Amino acid sequence: MPAFDVETVRKDFPLLSREVNGRPLVYLDSASSSHKPTPVLDAERAFVEQHYSNVHRGVHTLSQEATDCYEQARATVAAFVGAQPHDLVFTKNVTEAINLVAYSLGNPDSPITLGPGDEIAVTEMEHHSNLVPWQLLAQRSGATLRWLGIDDEGRLDLSDLDAVVKERTKVFAFTHVSNLLGTENPVELLVQRARQVGALTLVDAAQSVPHQPVDIAAMGVDFLAFTGHKMLAPTGVGALVARPGLLDTLPPFMGGGSMIEVVEMSGSTYASGPERFEAGTPVISQAIALAAACDYLSGIGLDVIKQHETALTARLLDGLRTLSGAAVLGPDTVELRGSAVSFVVDGVHPHDVGQSLDDLGIAVRVGHHCAAPICRRFGVPATARASSYLYNTEDEIDALLEGIASVQKFWGAA
Amino acid sequence: MYQEIIMDHYRHPHHKGLRDPFDVQVHHVNPTCGDEVTLRVKVADGVVQDVSYDGQGCSISQAATSVMTDLVIGKPVKDALATHEAFLELMQSRGQLEPDEDVLEDGIAFAGVSKYPARVKCALLGWMAWKDATAQAVALVEESA
Repeated sequence: MPAFDVETVRKDFPLLSREVNGRPLVYLDSASSSHKPTPVLDAERAFVEQHYSNVHRGVHTLSQEATDCYEQARATVAAFVGAQPHDLVFTKNVTEAINLVAYSLGNPDSPITLGPGDEIAVTEMEHHSNLVPWQLLAQRSGATLRWLGIDDEGRLDLSDLDAVVKERTKVFAFTHVSNLLGTENPVELLVQRARQVGALTLVDAAQSVPHQPVDIAAMGVDFLAFTGHKMLAPTGVGALVARPGLLDTLPPFMGGGSMIEVVEMSGSTYASGPERFEAGTPVISQAIALAAACDYLSGIGLDVIKQHETALTARLLDGLRTLSGAAVLGPDTVELRGSAVSFVVDGVHPHDVGQSLDDLGIAVRVGHHCAAPICRRFGVPATARASSYLYNTEDEIDALLEGIASVQKFWGAA
Repeated sequence: MYQEIIMDHYRHPHHKGLRDPFDVQVHHVNPTCGDEVTLRVKVADGVVQDVSYDGQGCSISQAATSVMTDLVIGKPVKDALATHEAFLELMQSRGQLEPDEDVLEDGIAFAGVSKYPARVKCALLGWMAWKDATAQAVALVEESA
């Protein structure tokens, strides 16, 4: 395993050296979106400057080169999560990936039938992007939406698993790692139950694929979705990965160019594999940048990155524990936990916490983090959330902890 | 941003707590942050007789709502709406407008907030609820007339 040196890593991220409000930037909002290293920016630029053209459309040289680069990117990104290229659809983001599945499953010729009496299962800790598409599918189909609750520690209440995921359940969609609580869910156990009852599984891996080794085959899930901008790549590109062969059984979601086989005025037949779900000109240079990001992360090693983040998370959790008047929402230890840490400060609204930290150059996310039901579950309107990544340092965690203490002092809360 | 006036209104809000009598009650939320306000309005003889509210949110949203009640209670609806327009204009000025203290009173403390686009909607939450409730209350009066 190569030695990990965070200072060397930071040199690859030009933005991290800037100042905010006269202070060195402390960026602790990577769970929302991450920064981009020079090799990723260079890869995108090199493609656009040397090989760019539309893909899958022409016989000219650039068209072929661009297609080769795009398909190579598909192979790289698929391999990053243990999949084959023909099982990976490039999407705009996780939201689009989940909507793709939710709409496709409700369309004619779906491999499952959904109607009154059938059920869709989710959990209470889902990001809105893995909740609202299923609410919409339930409305369209007449199926019922059920969900697994959360306990006080921010873990799924598994005592309800057999009651929520049962014979009538056709789809079970859940997050791998919660973007608000940081909780890592027991995928194996959840998949095992879904298989027992014959339900399809979809895992929202937006917060896991960037931070830890993920292998779709080992997980045994049917669908896995993740997004580029949280893993050092640009916005506008994400991926839906399916169990081998599953894509060919799904009806289209969006219709248009590229996704067809034969088109006549009276009707059409559709391409197989990922092309069926990539209607229109796809995100080309962004997909190539995403592959470069996968290479960059693999070059360091996801195990190494996970280890680094776990040390930072432990330091943050320890520090918050010693601050009176600050409380963590979610698991209080690093066991089965990601690096997103949500906290509340007694007597200071999270927006005011975030604004005061910004005055110190510290970027955290505030709000309900697109997971409002969790806030409701814990009786808070919002939280502040610090999330670290491979480029964060122990000094930055300490700066945050000092920042929270000074916020408390300013607001007379401690 | 955190002027003393804002902090005072945040810590000691004016006219807070839902009261009777009222004509209309509205509930407004800021979907991006979860801040919310429940607000009641009583209008009679073309005058804002009372505004009462309850809510939860950041210092900016809570203080702005408190200041708003001071500015509109007892005023003719027409004048209160003009004050609302003046506050709205200030909040949309991105720090480029010198506020008129005669019109906005404690509201001038929010001039600095207008430099933070992400916080402008916090300052307007209570005002938007009031405007909505007042329009409904006026419509009720017109219907019964």
